[in-house]
Order: sequence, then C-alpha cells, then structure tokens
Amino acid sequence: MKNKMMFAVLAAFLSTGLIAGVYGFSAKNLTVKGSTTVLPIAQSCAEAFMNKHPDINISVQGGGSGVGIASLIDGTCDIADASRLIKDKEMQKAKSKGIDPYENAVAIDGIAVVVHPSNPVDKLTKDQIKDIYTGEISNWKDLGGDNKKIAVVSRDSASGTFEVFGELALDKERVRPDALLQASNQAVAQTVSRTKGAIGYLGLSYLSPRIKAVAVNGVEPTKSNVVDGSYMLARNLFMYTDGAPQGLVKKFIDFVLSEDGQKLAEKAGYIPVN
Amino acid sequence: MDRLKEKIYKWIFTLLAFASLFFLVGITLTLFIEGLPAFQEVGFFDFILGQDWYPTYSPPDYGILPLILGTLWVTIGAVLICVPIGVGSALFINEIAGKRLKSILKPIIEILAGIPSIVYGFFGMVIVAPFIQKLLNLPVGLTAFTGSLMLGIMATPTVCSISEDALSCVPRSFREASLAVGATRWQTLTKVTFPAAASGISTSIILGMSRAVGETMTVLMVTGGAAVIPHTFFQAVRPMTSTIAAEMGEAVMGSTHYHALFGIGLILFFITFIFNIIAELISRRFRLKLGLGR
Repeated sequence: MKNKMMFAVLAAFLSTGLIAGVYGFSAKNLTVKGSTTVLPIAQSCAEAFMNKHPDINISVQGGGSGVGIASLIDGTCDIADASRLIKDKEMQKAKSKGIDPYENAVAIDGIAVVVHPSNPVDKLTKDQIKDIYTGEISNWKDLGGDNKKIAVVSRDSASGTFEVFGELALDKERVRPDALLQASNQAVAQTVSRTKGAIGYLGLSYLSPRIKAVAVNGVEPTKSNVVDGSYMLARNLFMYTDGAPQGLVKKFIDFVLSEDGQKLAEKAGYIPVN
Repeated sequence: MDRLKEKIYKWIFTLLAFASLFFLVGITLTLFIEGLPAFQEVGFFDFILGQDWYPTYSPPDYGILPLILGTLWVTIGAVLICVPIGVGSALFINEIAGKRLKSILKPIIEILAGIPSIVYGFFGMVIVAPFIQKLLNLPVGLTAFTGSLMLGIMATPTVCSISEDALSCVPRSFREASLAVGATRWQTLTKVTFPAAASGISTSIILGMSRAVGETMTVLMVTGGAAVIPHTFFQAVRPMTSTIAAEMGEAVMGSTHYHALFGIGLILFFITFIFNIIAELISRRFRLKLGLGR
C-alpha cells in the first residue's frame, strides 16, 4: 500500500515536470544574464514587460558582465547585460562560434568619487585622483586636508566599475596594491562611511548622506552634468544581443529604450540614454 | 515481484552512493582541466611565488603569493582563536559542567554552527570592523585580524563538538582508574583524559582549519581585499577564496585570468585535501589506540 502511494507521488511529480517542460517549450522565453550593475534595469523592465505581455516569460540573472557575454556566446542567454564594452578576445570567440554580438546602450552610469563626510576636501582633479590611487599621494594634507593617511578603497579589479574607473581616471595605471578592494558598490559605501581617511568610488545611485561626493575637475557628479558630458567619470551600460535585435529580443530592447523603460532605468538610479 | 523490487531498490541506492564519487571526479576533473592552463601560461613558479596580483591590466601579473599568504594569516589567526575557545568549552562541557548545564550549552554551541556565513560577514563588516578600528585606532577596520576573529568564532562549534565527542569517547574506566590511584581531578584531566582524547582533538582542530581555509563570504566581506603580502595582522589581506568569488563573475571565459582563478581553486583543493588526509590519519590512529577498532 505504502509503496503504491510512493509510486503515485513519483508519477505525479514526473508528469508535472513533463507538462511544465512541454509548456516551457511552447511559451515564449527570454533569458537575460550578466552585469549586476545593469541587473536593476533589466529586472524592473522585465517585470513591467511581462505585465504587459503575460504570454512572455523573461528570466533575468546576474553573474557579471563576463558571465553574461560568455552565455551569449554559448547560446544560453538571449541578451547579455554588460557594464563594459565587449573585449577583443570575447569578440573573437563569438565570431568563431557564429555569434555576432551587437551592442545596445541602454543607460548611462556616472561614477562618483566619495570621501568621509568629515573630510574637508571637496574637490579633486583627475590627476590628484590618479596620484591617490596609484600611491603617489598618501596623505590628505597634500590635498589641502587634514594630516591623515589616505585609505584607498577600490572595486574589485574584475568589476566593470573598476575597469571604467581605471580607464577614465587612472589611464589604466595600476592601483596601489594595498588598496582595499570591495566586492560591491554597497561595500564601498559602507567602508567609506565608516573610515575617516577613506576615498572610494561608486555608481551615482549609491550616493547617500553618509558619504560625501567630491567634484572632479571642478564638476559636481550630478545627473545633469553626466548627461551634458561635462562630468568625465561616466560610462554606458549595454545589453548585448546576437546580431541586431529581432523578434522578441527586439521587442524587449525597444521597451527598455522606450520612455517607460528609460523611466525605470532612472528609477534604478541610472541616467537615460536619450 | 518482491525480488525485482528489492533489486531495483538496491540499484537505486547503489547509484545514490556512487553519486558523490561521480561529483568528486567531475569537480576534480574540471578543476584540473580549467586550472592547469594557468600553470602553463603563467609558469608554475611565477604563479605560486609571484608577488603581484594584477589580473586585469595589460600586461597582467598573476602572482598569487599574496593570496596564499592572506589565506594562511587569516587561518592561523582563526586557529589561535577557535582552539582555546573550542577545546576549552569541550573540556568544560564534558568534565566540569553538570548534566543540566551540558544540555543547555551543547545546543547553543551547535546553533552557532548553523548561522549562515554571510550573516557572520555582515556582522563583522558593520559591527566588528568599526569597533576594531576605533579600539586599536587603525586607519581601516577591515583587516586580517577581523577575518580571523570572525572565522575563529565560526570554527569554534566544529572544534568544540568534535573535541567533546573525543573526550566522551574516553572510556570511563580510564578516569576511574586514575582517580582510584589517588590522582586529583585536574591530574586526571591533564594526564589521562586529555592525552587519550588528543588525537580526536587534533582532528577537530584540523577540520576547524579546513573550514577556515575554505570560508568565502565572510572573508570577502571583512578582510578588505588588498592583494599585498601581509606584514601584520592589522592589515587588509585578500584570501584565495574571496579572490575567486569576487572575480569569477567578470573574468572573460577561457582567458588566463579565468584559468588562474581555477588554478587558485586547485591549490585550495589541495590544501583542504591534505588537511582531510591528516585528519583521517589521526582519527584512525585514535580509534586504534583506544582499541575501538575501525
């Protein structure tokens, strides 16, 4: 008796799985994967899009720009979120597999340089930032601040934010090896807010009263300054597709770029592309 | 019919038992296939003994010595914290505490083992790190010491419960004999019970160490992540595990960086593998010594 029950339960499980599988094939699916920076945009847009089109199922995953692009190349996702441009090596690999990565800029992210609120320094030049991060300057007194050692906080060297910062602010020079590398924007904010002599950088959307953003080359890190291009530490965020978007992929990308989609991107803390 | 059923069940359970083996082989193979190219591309000694970890620059540097030392420092610190607390509480629970106290203390220590590592990390980052920073007047609170402290607390339950098992495995007759010839409780504890349980306690320490070596989330959050060769405990370090966790997501698949991260995993795997073998050897000796068989 008991055994029969077990078999029945097993059979029920199997058949649900089968039905779900068949249903999964027939429903329209879209997989979006990649950068955690782009994730909030992809997620909120996917939700809004699915509300509009209940027959379409979009699964959104993080993992990082590298993971997203790798899955696009492997064909395991339809759209790859990236907070950096695709690299040559990735491009070659894609080409060899017959994939043609096409870049769609979906939003702009500004990177703010932040210090502890008690720090009297409120503006830095790009060269000063570079000197701090490469280790040329290691005391705030050289920058018009107090006599205090600078605690350099950076993002992990593999993150998209680090890459863009390294390119725009550091001219690709090496960050001093004893810099604290933090795994997320949140962790940078946390560390800087708790450390009097710290300097860090993070996405504009992570600014809060607990940390102080400094002007870079005399320009405040505000949305309008990013949009008009006067603030130099800004980057595009991308959604890569295989070839120019078509069909369902196009429908979704179009939605992200539409007024509604861009509003959602703004709500997530980024700056619209148009 | 019943016979057939029995056969089917037998097969199912055999398959399940071999699943672990299958996973182990799969993981080991993947580690080797993905990790070995790093040793080739970077060069064995440049990889293991290189002092600069700059994987994303051009030209890149893939030296993991600072990462290995980071792991080592944090682990040594953790052992210095978890061994006295863990072994001490095991001795207390087994030798001194009454039945009631024991029934309260043991579950509490086991609950400590159930706290997810990210909670330890969060606690360390938000509360312990700022506290240490203020207390010791450091520029930053995210240091090897902070990591050691958190890992030490995390590993304590492992050390405590295995040590306690070892102590309670010491046959009653040993103690009775010792007390009967006029030894005090303290003498019995230090001269008889503790040596008899010593191998089990060593096993617990090694297992605690492997826990500390392999822990990822907590160290990622509290050690600061600076890839420098540490000179003091009060300096940020970048353990191997947190390097893999932080960089794997963004590494270009198939690149040297990607292989190097697997290479780090391979080395970590060897370290914990050696720990496990040592623990196994010691515990085997321990069983034989007490005549408990295998």
